[in-house]
This record gives sequence, structure tokens and C-alpha cells, in this order.
Amino acid sequence: MSINMSVKIAGVELKNPVMTASGTFGSGMEYSEFVDLNRLGAVVTKGVANVPWAGNPTPRIAETCGGMMNAIGLQNPGIDTFVKRDLPFLQKYDTKVIVNVCGKSTEDYCEVVERLAEESVDLLEINISCPNVKEGGIAFGQNPRAVEAITAEIRKHAKQPVIMKLSPNVTDITETARAAEAGGADALSLINTLTGMKIDVHRRTFALANKTGGLSGPAIRPVAVRMVYQTAQAVKLPIIGMGGITCAEDALEFILAGASAVSVGTANFRNPETTLEVIDGIAEYMRKYQIKDIRELIGSVK
Amino acid sequence: MAEKYRETARVITQEAIGNGIYSMWLQTTDIGKAARPGQFISVYSKDRSRMLPRPISICETEPEGAVRIVYRVAGKGTEEFSRLGSGDTLEILGPLGNGFPLERMAEGKKTFLIGGGIGIPPMVELAKRLPGEKQIVVGYRDARLFLKEDLEKNGSVYVATENGSYGTAGNVLDCIRENNLEADVIYACGPTPMLRALKAYAQEKGIECWLSLEEKMACGIGACLACVCQSKEVDDHSRVHNKRVCKEGPVFLSTEIEL
Repeated sequence: MSINMSVKIAGVELKNPVMTASGTFGSGMEYSEFVDLNRLGAVVTKGVANVPWAGNPTPRIAETCGGMMNAIGLQNPGIDTFVKRDLPFLQKYDTKVIVNVCGKSTEDYCEVVERLAEESVDLLEINISCPNVKEGGIAFGQNPRAVEAITAEIRKHAKQPVIMKLSPNVTDITETARAAEAGGADALSLINTLTGMKIDVHRRTFALANKTGGLSGPAIRPVAVRMVYQTAQAVKLPIIGMGGITCAEDALEFILAGASAVSVGTANFRNPETTLEVIDGIAEYMRKYQIKDIRELIGSVK
Repeated sequence: MAEKYRETARVITQEAIGNGIYSMWLQTTDIGKAARPGQFISVYSKDRSRMLPRPISICETEPEGAVRIVYRVAGKGTEEFSRLGSGDTLEILGPLGNGFPLERMAEGKKTFLIGGGIGIPPMVELAKRLPGEKQIVVGYRDARLFLKEDLEKNGSVYVATENGSYGTAGNVLDCIRENNLEADVIYACGPTPMLRALKAYAQEKGIECWLSLEEKMACGIGACLACVCQSKEVDDHSRVHNKRVCKEGPVFLSTEIEL
């Protein structure tokens, strides 16, 4: 049986719905030793800012039951190095390139987005879980008005379609989803990590130097699936779902809940080939249940 | 780029060799043949609730691909590994990291191989492969020594114990001074306070000093940027002052890092 696994996100066609989650895959270089990047629907890069960011002190990660916490602090080389080194590397592959963008102010984001306008980048993903330094450090993504404003501003400067990556650290995800839609977002990705804390009882200190960190991995998957479902009911935008995907069944939960595509993050650390296994597993599932087109599955559980 | 291999290794033997310390020999296809002293492997838990590999240094290798790891049980993951026995399998990835630079060793140079606690294991393979006169200085908490006989096959071993129950009372530097030892190059692995003291010692003596660092890791291959150390020079990856312990390290020249 021939099956169609290609999906469209904001007019961009991906050969399959499986991509990498920002920050877990670098720019693909290190993982290309284990994963044929040509097979992926897209590579989502680690967040890039207008200038290099040094990130947080170590320890930056801690394992938790069914997951991990990170407080890397978005260490990145800045847009200049990224454009010179990372983009040419990714362009050698037959996959879509989604550049994740981070910033400390609206101007930072716009500067990066403008620098990418003439580059061969398919989509932009905006990480709005960063603290807005001009607004006392509250994350852009936690206030619907701030989400709408930054989305509208980025939209003005961006050449490529804009995916807003929503923070789950809110009371009602549909509020920030609607705000992004109102601001002109072309797609949404969710969820980013959940803020958590782990204490090392033997050393009587925080497990992370930053005290708090972002929880990811299978532990957060039910929260992520719920938020994807709610968001799919609330907005018309295509959704990229993520949060604890380790296998095809996990990915299918997101797709059935309303995601047009999915990202694999933390699971890459446990098994570098997870993305490929998810792709093969979805194909197998479609054959098993005689699903000709993956689009039949998207949001089919209501 | 050095080859890395993902393998299902088979446990040849495992034994407890000290206070919560285990020695495991694994049969690998490629990792053992490719590994150099000072490199490490990522070891994966069979329990799917544990998402991160445990980075464990390679203690020694055999030409036909056997790899020995000597590790301390520090939590549930290493506890799981400690229960494995002959014939069991283990998912591993490696060899990872840069390892100690052997090629820089000129003939006739005297070296210090210094290990503190669970930093001692990589000195076994290093002692096997390094030419010249080797003075191996090892520091333990107490008289429950491990790997001492293994090290004695390839150099003169000097022991320090924190509680003074064996050898020099104190740390590895106390041991060096008590025995009036001198060397041209230092290779070391151990806790950060020890590495910091060796960095200062090497600077004072004006000698070359290679330090193997430890840091919490996630991916183990240089992608996630969890395990960075502060470097003097701007790093090539992020253009800041953060070298990746898993990729540019774990072995660094003492003068290129801040401790």
C-alpha cells in the first residue's frame, strides 16, 4: 500500500511530519554521524540570537524520573557564525531547515529574523520563553498581550513563515495561542519545557546551578498532548506538537490530538536514532490501519 | 572526525573491587579497538524512565576489543549496571571525547600520572601506552585501595590516603612532596579541587599539565551544550568561553581552562 506522509506547515511541504526539537540536536552536525538528515521532515536548530550567548553556569542538566531538566541558558554562537557555518552545513541535505530564534528584547529577535531573510531557511521558530529584559525579566510567552505584540513585530520583519513556540508555563494555553494567531503567526509549536526544580538532598543544594530549569521528556507528555488538543480546538493554525516523544505511538498521540507535525527532543539523548524510528513506526502504523494519507489522522480524535 | 560506535556490548565479567566500586569488562566490536586512553563511553540504562546516558571513563582496553570500565555506584543508573553479570548486555556509545595526548611525549621525559578517587581508572590504560619513566600518584579516601596492582605493572606507584591509613597522609600533592618526586609532564584525572591544585602546581613548576574534567552530560557528543567548562580562549563552537567537556575535552591543557 502506498502511503503519503507529507504534511504542510504554513505552505512549506515536509516529506514527513517528524523533526527535531530545538536545543536537543544542535544544528544537526553532531547527530549526522548517527542520523541521515535527508530522512527528516525538518531539522529545527538550536536557538540562535543576534550575538553569542555564554549561557548559564554548570551543572546545567539533571535527570528526573522519566525526563530531565535543563538550564543551558541558550548558549549559542550568534547569528553571524550560524549563517556562515551552520546554515551551509544544513543546506547540503534534502530536508527543511527551521531556525529557532531567541532574544532578550523584541529588537534582538527582529535583528536575527532580518538577517535570515535572504538565507535559504524554510521556516522560523520563535522561542518566546526567554525573559524580556526590558520588562523585568518576565518571559514574553507568559503574557498574551506580549505574545501578540512580539508576534506582530516579528511578522513585519520576517520573510519566512513564522512559528511561535508556546510556553506551557501559563494558566490557559489557548489564550497565548489565540494571541499568537491574532499577531499573525503562521504556525504554532508546543510545548516548550515546564519550569521545574530538583534538589540534591545529599549535597543539600539545587541540582542545577540556575536553581530552576526546564523539564522535558516522557514525564511531560500528557500535559503536552492536552495542550496540543486544546490549542487545536482554539485556533486554525497548524501545530507542531512536542513533549516527551520517544516512539511512533507517542508521536501519533500528538497527531491525533491535532498536531500536523511533531518534534523529537530529549529522546535523542537516549537514542540518537529516535527520529528515524518514529518515522518508520508511523509508516508501519498507517499500513497496519490502512491509512493512505497522514492528513486523515491529524486531529481525528475529537 | 573520530569514529563513534553504538553497540550492544556483552558483559565478560564484573566484580566489586572496593567501597561501591565496580570493575566491568565488556566485549565490544569496534569501541575497544578505536579507544584511546582518557576517552569515555556513554552507558545507557535499560530502564526507560532514565533518559540520560552515564558517561564512564575507559579504564583499559584489549586489542581484540574488550573494554574495562571501573566506576562508582552513584545513583540508580550505576546501581543497575552493577547488577549485571557475565553474558548480560549493555547499550554503549563511544569512544567519546579527545583522550590524553600521547604523541606529544618525547622520549626521556618523566611523567606524573595522577588519579584521585574515581579519577584513577583512566590512568591504567594511559600507563600501558605512555613511554618513558612514569610516576603514578594516586589518592584514595582510605586504605581500601583499588587498581593499585594494575598500575604497578607499568610504573612506580605512590599512594596518598585522606585519613592516613595507607601511604602519605593527605592528598596527591602531599605525596609528591613527601617522596621528592619531579616530572616534566602531568596527566591527571580526579575531583576538581585536586585538578585546581595541580594546575597551580604545574604553573609554579613551569611544566605541562593535562587535566581530565568531569561534568554532568546529556548527549555526550557535543550537541546539547550541557557539559561546558570555562576556557581562556574563545571557543570554536559558540564563540564564547565555553569548551565542551564531551567534545573538545574531557582532557584539557591546564592553561587553557579556568577551574
